Amino acid sequence: MIPHLWNDLEGTFFPESALDYMPESRLREVQLQRLRAVIALSYEKVQLFRERMEAKGLKPADVRQLADVCQLPFLVKTDLRDTYPYGLFTVPMSEVVRVHASSGTTGKPIVVGYTAQDMEVWKQVIMRTLYAAGFSRGDIVQNMYGYGLFTGGLGLHGGLEGIGATVIPISGGNSERQIMVMKDFGVTAICGTPSYFIHLIETAQKMGIDFKRDLKVKRGVFGAEPWSDQMRQYIESTSGVQAFDIYGLSEIIGPGVGAECECQDGLHIFEDHFLAEIVDPKTLEPVPDGTEGELVITTLSKQAMPVIRYRTRDITAFETSCCRCGRTCRRIRRISRRSDDMLIIRGVNVYPSQIETALLKTEASLPHYLIVLTRKDGLDQLEVRVEITGGMLSDNVGAMEQLQKRFSRSIEQITGLHATVTLAQPGSITRSEGKAKRLLDQREIPN
Amino acid sequence: MKIRQISIFLENRPGSLSALCRTLADAGVNLSTLMLSEAGEFGLLRIIASDADKAQTVVEKAGYAATTSEVVAIQVPDKPGGLAAVLTALDSHQIPVEYMYAFAQRSGRDAIMIFRFGDLDRAIAALKEAGFGVCGAIDLF
Ligand SMILES: [Zn+2]
Repeated sequence: MIPHLWNDLEGTFFPESALDYMPESRLREVQLQRLRAVIALSYEKVQLFRERMEAKGLKPADVRQLADVCQLPFLVKTDLRDTYPYGLFTVPMSEVVRVHASSGTTGKPIVVGYTAQDMEVWKQVIMRTLYAAGFSRGDIVQNMYGYGLFTGGLGLHGGLEGIGATVIPISGGNSERQIMVMKDFGVTAICGTPSYFIHLIETAQKMGIDFKRDLKVKRGVFGAEPWSDQMRQYIESTSGVQAFDIYGLSEIIGPGVGAECECQDGLHIFEDHFLAEIVDPKTLEPVPDGTEGELVITTLSKQAMPVIRYRTRDITAFETSCCRCGRTCRRIRRISRRSDDMLIIRGVNVYPSQIETALLKTEASLPHYLIVLTRKDGLDQLEVRVEITGGMLSDNVGAMEQLQKRFSRSIEQITGLHATVTLAQPGSITRSEGKAKRLLDQREIPN
Repeated sequence: MKIRQISIFLENRPGSLSALCRTLADAGVNLSTLMLSEAGEFGLLRIIASDADKAQTVVEKAGYAATTSEVVAIQVPDKPGGLAAVLTALDSHQIPVEYMYAFAQRSGRDAIMIFRFGDLDRAIAALKEAGFGVCGAIDLF
């Protein structure tokens, strides 16, 4: 290595991140080589995959170039349930050093496994995630992701130790204690879900703690749920914490599939380990770069449980330009929504994130809200309950009615649907400390 | 001259007003006047209390959304045309009234009305010029 180059970089260059800058031709070679290996492995070891390949008349040798991935069968969430718990594992359990499981809201959870080498890869991609967000040795990091079967807590934990940060494995919940620890332990960086962090900003305000004045938190990585640019602006302006989006899902590896760099303009996918495609969720055909569709991922290096063409249900698009940071791995746009949390209201497709955007366009800070769907005389009714805060309140009834109208108009502009906006007292909408629950669907589904 | 008023957001459902009143009573807050204006499914409760700071703390601690504003208490002659005279004085200076309501107590022979204006100082000057009594906190509590 050229010594002066190292000096110029002044410790900002981390060897683990070198792979983010691999020349593109080399990156595609690595991907193809790994893709062929993972297909051969799965074909040999995973009955489900072999049967689906046979049904399509395909052999592993038919994959000669990266584009051939389009012919391969998809894998969906229910496949992981149907093969519960270890049906997709390719190694004996003596090789599996870790399992994680998704929270099963309906039925059995989804189980994923890792070999020692998978754990190493996981650590490496989280380190690359953290470096991209400006984390480094010397940071004192409060990890608010849940520890346990969920991949978030322990996944981030491994990478945080990898970069040599001081980790506070606090997990989620107990908001006042979170703020106390943040203050007393001199926390400089955090990891967690964006909705929980917004809840913490409110908690700090109630405790009389000013994030910017009293705390040292400078940056955070946020993920595990779709969030918006408006939420980022809110977080950054109220708390002074620079907010980076990270992407991952348990079925693939957990967090560490993709991450925002300092440009905060889309998430770089760690393409040497994950092959990303974007397809039309209806036709399942690839869409042109820059067009929105469902993200489909193939793991390229995972051993214990490789997945081929996993349908993530996350809606995004490839960024078509090169990132100013110089990383060569491709970027996807921030995941704004999932194809399966789409609501159909009076025949119109609506995503809860659109309601959120509408509320944020009206008020600078995101109020607590609940989307309530009912059916009256065969017609869907959309109601949005919005909690009033002291800051929104006027002593003038007319001004409050105007606020109500502005909310309603903004929702209509964005979704095309008339919404009844109900103003509610603070605290009247149930809070959840993890992923925000924003929907109450009381429509009866006709049989 | 100016009186502090606290406006509290309430959902228009059974029990919400009594719950708030109980909260204030339990904390020993004396209400001089209380005025509810409704708009469909919500209402704003405006209160004037001798100890406005305490009232505000109690209400906010109990989790209500509340905002304070300044209002003017005006002595209105308790005779036919008394209120009209006040309004005429304001009209002649083109000072619009945002809202008004009656204060629970009287001052001698006069009734007391609470007025909210966009520009309080201009309104006070106009009323004094027209010879109306403007009450301070001392006169009221
Ligand atoms: Zn970049």
